[in-house]
Amino acid sequence: MKFTAEIDIMPRPELLDPQGKAVMLGLEHLGLNQVADVRIGKHIRLNLEAENEQAAQEKVEQACKKLLANLIMESYTFELTPA
Amino acid sequence: MRFNKKATGVEQQLTTVETAKKLGLLPEEFEKIKNILGRTPNFTELSIFSVMWSEHCSYKNSIVWLKTLPKKSARMLAEAGEENAGLVDIGGGLACSFKIESHNHPSAIEPYQGAATGVGGINRDIFTMGARPIAQLNSLRFGNIQNDKTKRLLKGVVKGIGDYGNAFGIPTVGGELYFDECYNVNPLVNAFSAGIVEVGKTASAIAEGVGNPVFIVGSATGKDGIHGATFASEDITEASAEKLPSVQVGDPFQEKLLLEATLEVLESGCVVGMQDMGAAGITCSTSEMSAKGESGMEVWLDKVPTRQKDMVPFEILLSESQERMLIVVHKGQEDKIKAICDKWDLYCAQIGEVTDTKRLKYYMHGELVADVPAEDLVLGGGAPVYHREYREPAYFKEAQQFSIDQVTEPKGLEEYRKIAEFLASHPNICSRRWVYHQYDSMVGTATMTTNRPSDAAIVKVKGSDKAISITVDCNSRYVNANPEEGCAIAVAEAARNIVCSGGEPVAITNCLNFGNPYVPEVYWQFVGAIKGMKKACEKFETPVTGGNVSFYNQSSDEGPVFPTPTIGMLGILENKELATTLAFQNAGDLIYLVGAAQNDINSSEYLYSYHGVKLSPSPAFDLETEYQVQDATKHLIREKLVQSVHDISDGGLYIALLESAMPQNLGFDIQTDSTFRKDAYLFGESQSRIVISVAPAQQAAFESALKGQNTAFTLLGTVTTGECRIDNEAFQNTVEIKKLYDTALEKLMN
Amino acid sequence: MKFGVVIFPGSNCDQDVIQVLERVSNKPVARLWHKDHDLQSCDFIVLPGGFSYGDYLRSGAIARFSPIMQEVIGHANKGGYVMGICNGFQILTEAGLLPGALLRNTEQKFICRNVHIRPETTDLLPTRRLEKGKAYQVPIAHGEGRFYADADTLQRIKDQDQVMFRYCNSHAAIAPDTNCNGSIESIAGISNEGRNVFGMMPHPERAADPDLGNMDGLLIFESLLEAVPA
Repeated sequence: MKFTAEIDIMPRPELLDPQGKAVMLGLEHLGLNQVADVRIGKHIRLNLEAENEQAAQEKVEQACKKLLANLIMESYTFELTPA
Repeated sequence: MRFNKKATGVEQQLTTVETAKKLGLLPEEFEKIKNILGRTPNFTELSIFSVMWSEHCSYKNSIVWLKTLPKKSARMLAEAGEENAGLVDIGGGLACSFKIESHNHPSAIEPYQGAATGVGGINRDIFTMGARPIAQLNSLRFGNIQNDKTKRLLKGVVKGIGDYGNAFGIPTVGGELYFDECYNVNPLVNAFSAGIVEVGKTASAIAEGVGNPVFIVGSATGKDGIHGATFASEDITEASAEKLPSVQVGDPFQEKLLLEATLEVLESGCVVGMQDMGAAGITCSTSEMSAKGESGMEVWLDKVPTRQKDMVPFEILLSESQERMLIVVHKGQEDKIKAICDKWDLYCAQIGEVTDTKRLKYYMHGELVADVPAEDLVLGGGAPVYHREYREPAYFKEAQQFSIDQVTEPKGLEEYRKIAEFLASHPNICSRRWVYHQYDSMVGTATMTTNRPSDAAIVKVKGSDKAISITVDCNSRYVNANPEEGCAIAVAEAARNIVCSGGEPVAITNCLNFGNPYVPEVYWQFVGAIKGMKKACEKFETPVTGGNVSFYNQSSDEGPVFPTPTIGMLGILENKELATTLAFQNAGDLIYLVGAAQNDINSSEYLYSYHGVKLSPSPAFDLETEYQVQDATKHLIREKLVQSVHDISDGGLYIALLESAMPQNLGFDIQTDSTFRKDAYLFGESQSRIVISVAPAQQAAFESALKGQNTAFTLLGTVTTGECRIDNEAFQNTVEIKKLYDTALEKLMN
Repeated sequence: MKFGVVIFPGSNCDQDVIQVLERVSNKPVARLWHKDHDLQSCDFIVLPGGFSYGDYLRSGAIARFSPIMQEVIGHANKGGYVMGICNGFQILTEAGLLPGALLRNTEQKFICRNVHIRPETTDLLPTRRLEKGKAYQVPIAHGEGRFYADADTLQRIKDQDQVMFRYCNSHAAIAPDTNCNGSIESIAGISNEGRNVFGMMPHPERAADPDLGNMDGLLIFESLLEAVPA
């Protein structure tokens, strides 16, 4: 079966996100003061083949843990859909 | 003493020796704390003691020996331990502040952020002094480069250093990089920075003047790096990787703003004292500044700008969030600091005031949450001081057994060529361009060694005729072979590099990377290294201005790393015209060896890596001879009798010649001396030897100048247009071997 | 000719370029603060290198909205001279004053080293005193310097002689290995159609001091003096 995984990788909430902070400053300069917080992560789309949904789930987990996210710094979430 | 428990919950509960142990304190230390306070500490207070009495902040296992190092010279404006970094008078109303610091354990866990925040921390130490950083170096050590883990760590560390330093805008002008199995688990990441300040315009890390307001400036305080200081004092295990949140995130943009704002605040005249926040965060700066001023402080933790909601007192106190500064301001001048921070878009909040109680009283929403005497927390005050047991390890005697006769002398041109290529492409010797091309080495337009490479990095001091010359050096293989001799060699090599660049060595900073100090054999290495550093620093009149100690560089599995006392040395070029390149300039110039050859291959890369002999004594070295060779070289440079000067170090004479030949695609044609084994002559790493090229027209003047010096010298041969010839045999072609040398590291990394 | 250099938070080559301009022009150079709206009646505005606002989102993306940039854009639109070096070039493309964009280097790494560039025209103010067909050694220091423009834009840039510099070797020849960051057609610097706005990734201010052993960049600043003030 073919699946698509939509993965979001975000800096862990307890850590500083300098990128988000700088963008927030930029938004303030634009006069968009209503923005309370900005955090910036990555979106990754993965197309994969697996026997079933559970196997696909495991593969994506592995990919996230081993390569895509740095678990010391980042957390990940994903949505799996049959392609 | 009464504390209200309701406001802050669990952490106000009284502690036990078990809590103390969990925080990394010894039972006797817990007793000592109870005696100091006259009661049982609460959790917040115990946390404060645990970080301040950690090895990182208190130097409790090293200070006894560090005190034996020379600290004084006529140039010294701030002695070791007095301020955040050493301060040296460089003449003309200017001073140089410089320091090296380790970030080994954070880099082992998260190489990118670990290295980046190391760079941030060392630069803050410099601008806390009021000095504007002008150049950075780094000293890196990793495990076997064939391991994927090493590659990942190296990539992360180099990118971390680059991204932080490049954005911060201070050039990274040099450094060193070594690989050895002993660093497989625990890499070493040592960062050096140097800055310039006008004498009399420096800042001091002092809090004084009752009622003076205390400001926190820079980033908001978050939960990152809490207990980082304690973490730095424990062996690395797989479990410590799980201990979160232990990493800190660096923000070089914020650091750049903090630099500009800090220097502007200082210029405004409102500053009493300031200190950056590094290990142990607010705790460390409030206690050290108070202790130095023999004053106290009242600190309102709820006024600290925080990044997360609901941070409890100990989290705020211990957070190691980066890019923050504690500034004590003259009362009534609060508007000045606020206006400047507003200009630079930095947080700026008054979080307390100076008192005369000599106590640190921390409040949260009006509740007193901790009350501790400042003096008892700090080094030189109440922090514990230990004499550790030491014992000569078995390997040391074994190493002394080695003799050159145990190694068969190579036969014939082919084998010599093979060794030459092996060394030129060895990861410990080959070009580091894969690394340094990722660093901005030219921002600031003061780096004089970009287009004229030299043994030490030369950075001109704008607004004067002077330049500084800086280097980081340590061959830890030598230190392991013989800590005392090896560390003396590290100092001597640093001084030699400064001298070869045209500078006068003036002072050092050290980064002492060792294993677990509770292991007597490891402590023996530490003691030996200090002894060697002492005698060499005394000889070269280069006092120690400070630095840091990093113990516990080992893993439970693989034993300690090589003892690695990295020496960062500062030299001065009274006139930048003295700057001297290592590169041969013209075909036909004469090549001299200044200093005497030795029949010695001890601890050379050739012996260690090519022959695989892992234990041998440190290379031949005599401090007096070294001094004479350096003195003669200084004289030759001042008399303008040289075209190039390059010291002989890793890889021996052959590599030194090659390194001098490559920049201009020139070559060399030399004769070896048959009284020595040819492999020792070409690849041995005996110390106190320098390769100097001389214009033929100056031959007589050069030789007569040297004859007045108490130093051996030999005419080796001449510079050629590109061929490398040894003993009348065509050895190699510079262009070909250069390709090998230049690309070796990137081939391994890609 | 009055020069002004914009200082953004995170600019770090501002002092370097100010020093060269003051030496070349023998006049004080105005410091233009990002929060201000006053160009201090400067004729020639330089946007220096660095990491404006940390360059976290995209290089130059935030700087382009700063108060001073609104004035710089107005100045350029009236035909006033503006030149961006490195981060300054990135800001000018983000601001729409120069065509194209600067992407991450092909190697995906920051690169700092000496490279050679050759002027493709001498009919632009910064190249007026340079020689066509000659290579100049000027260092680069950037992570996002790969110039890109779509086919139509690129054609227009070339048709109107807006290519200011290309990366080359020391003999001024272009080869795949001389294109240090993977820029389209080795482009290192361009101008706008009006020939009053210039951008280049290499840092000429780093090659303009005899103490540093490279003077190839100085000519670019000296060329600027040939402008007739508006």
